[in-house]
Amino acid sequence: MNIEIEELAKEFGTTRALHPVSLSIPSGALVALLGPSGSGKTTLLRILGGLEFPTSGRVLFGGQDATGLSVQERRAGFVFQSYALFKHMTVFENIAYGLRARKRHERPAEAEIGRRVNKLLDLIQLPDIGTRYPNQLSGGQRQRVALARALAIEPRMLLLDEPFGALDAKVRKELRQGLREIHDRTGLTTVFVTHDQEEAMELADLVVVMSMGRIEQVGKPAEIRAKPATDFVRSFTAA
Amino acid sequence: MSDIALTPPVPVTTEPVLIRSLLIGLSLVFVALFLFAPLVTVFVEALRQGWGATVDALRLPDAQAAIRMTLTIAAIAVPINAVFGIAAAWAITKFDFRGKAFLITLIDLPFSVSPVVAGLMLVLLFGANSTLGGWLIANGMPIVFAFPGIVLATLFVTFPFVARELIPVMIEQGRAEEEAALTLGASGWRTFFTVTLPNIRWALLYGVLLCNARAMGEFGAVAVVSGKIRGETATMPTMVEMFYNEYLSVAAFTLAAVLAMLALLTLLLKSLLEWRHADLLAATRRH
Ligand SMILES: Nc1ncnc2c1ncn2[C@@H]1O[C@H](COP(=O)(O)OP(=O)(O)O)[C@@H](O)[C@H]1O
Ligand SMILES: [Mg+2]
Repeated sequence: MNIEIEELAKEFGTTRALHPVSLSIPSGALVALLGPSGSGKTTLLRILGGLEFPTSGRVLFGGQDATGLSVQERRAGFVFQSYALFKHMTVFENIAYGLRARKRHERPAEAEIGRRVNKLLDLIQLPDIGTRYPNQLSGGQRQRVALARALAIEPRMLLLDEPFGALDAKVRKELRQGLREIHDRTGLTTVFVTHDQEEAMELADLVVVMSMGRIEQVGKPAEIRAKPATDFVRSFTAA
Repeated sequence: MSDIALTPPVPVTTEPVLIRSLLIGLSLVFVALFLFAPLVTVFVEALRQGWGATVDALRLPDAQAAIRMTLTIAAIAVPINAVFGIAAAWAITKFDFRGKAFLITLIDLPFSVSPVVAGLMLVLLFGANSTLGGWLIANGMPIVFAFPGIVLATLFVTFPFVARELIPVMIEQGRAEEEAALTLGASGWRTFFTVTLPNIRWALLYGVLLCNARAMGEFGAVAVVSGKIRGETATMPTMVEMFYNEYLSVAAFTLAAVLAMLALLTLLLKSLLEWRHADLLAATRRH
């Protein structure tokens, strides 16, 4: 599903987190929001997910105005920066959470929930960890469980906040590949936040460079490398 | 995990054995002298004239009325303050609003105000000499020297316990898990019952136990608002005092022993729950 962002602005009291920004995200794209800390990436992602509401501007999902939709109605799979797994639930229950939260007539039967959770565990290549608790997992495993949990609700899009931020370099490389594969397999429009230009350039189809609440440039990695639009983009993407 | 367990136990502290034994000994003496000895005395005094006298003391109508009163008050005040405590802690930790600092201070007010003063405030507010109190009495709903007054006084003095236990825990946990639940389609209520509540249940349990202990044990505020009418508004602590002043020492200490046993029971309950759920407790600690 394509996402249109029209003149979106967000203020926290006197802080302008986002100046009016506009952006078109084509259906099925893998997009990186790239920028230094405090540039407004998380704020933009949270507005897309319905966790924050804009001061002005509109968001359209598949051509339909979604600005006023509640977080539940958005059906956006969200992966949080520190994963926010439910500590008191097993991995299985974490992934099943969104299915169990559905209204009774939309809720799959118990056997079907089990089947879907196991399929997702296969997808993240961790078939045997269903009975574990989050504190018994490595950082990389937690990230993949968070991804599976977000995918379980059959989301309309995937939003990830610094999904590799808390991981060491080796795991980071592996999981980048993992995200790429899951994206390609599900075909979901995916937006992820990163401050690592190498990560953005390697993984994304489309890179959105942000600075101080503004979008500096939008383009394919090669375009941004070849023709940086501003001095900021040039210096920030210099490897 | 397992390789940590295999390493031989190395003492973390470097204090000499002498200092360590001294500190441990000192704490034990303190505990024995100031906690254990008084407790034992209460039971010894209660049984001084043999089991028969103790049982007779428990059969006194005034004693039974006081026990009933205290249990009823706790049964009403503790759930109410649990709900209000959760609500206050929730508001303070999950939302940003004006006057938040003021609200936090307000929650602590019952801790800094002497219970006797709290009781007097209620008497001034709802007593026969105030407009509100006069109207309430005229309409057959007396507050002071009656059951509602004792409930109010108990609610006031026990309000901070639950909120104070919850606030640090809820601040530490942040909002991420709740937000995750919402993005997964859960309603606010479902999020509260399946994510928030399980995450705070131990702090809530401690808060409720402390609140309960104080609700049953409160003397000052209750003594002022209740008027200590035997068989009507006397609670266990106030009845203990009255028995004692009348030199009914066995009755006083018997009732005091029941109160102490109720407190010990709450502690036992807590330990039992912790022991039963030790694995979950470990799992829900931070990663
Ligand atoms: N809840 C909030 N309250 C106040 N200011 C906020 C809040 N969230 C973000 N901000 C501010 O908005 C700006 C952008 O933050 P953020 O979107 O988190 O940036 P990034 O994710 O790029 O690091 C920062 O200046 C930050 O301090
Ligand atoms: Mg951020």
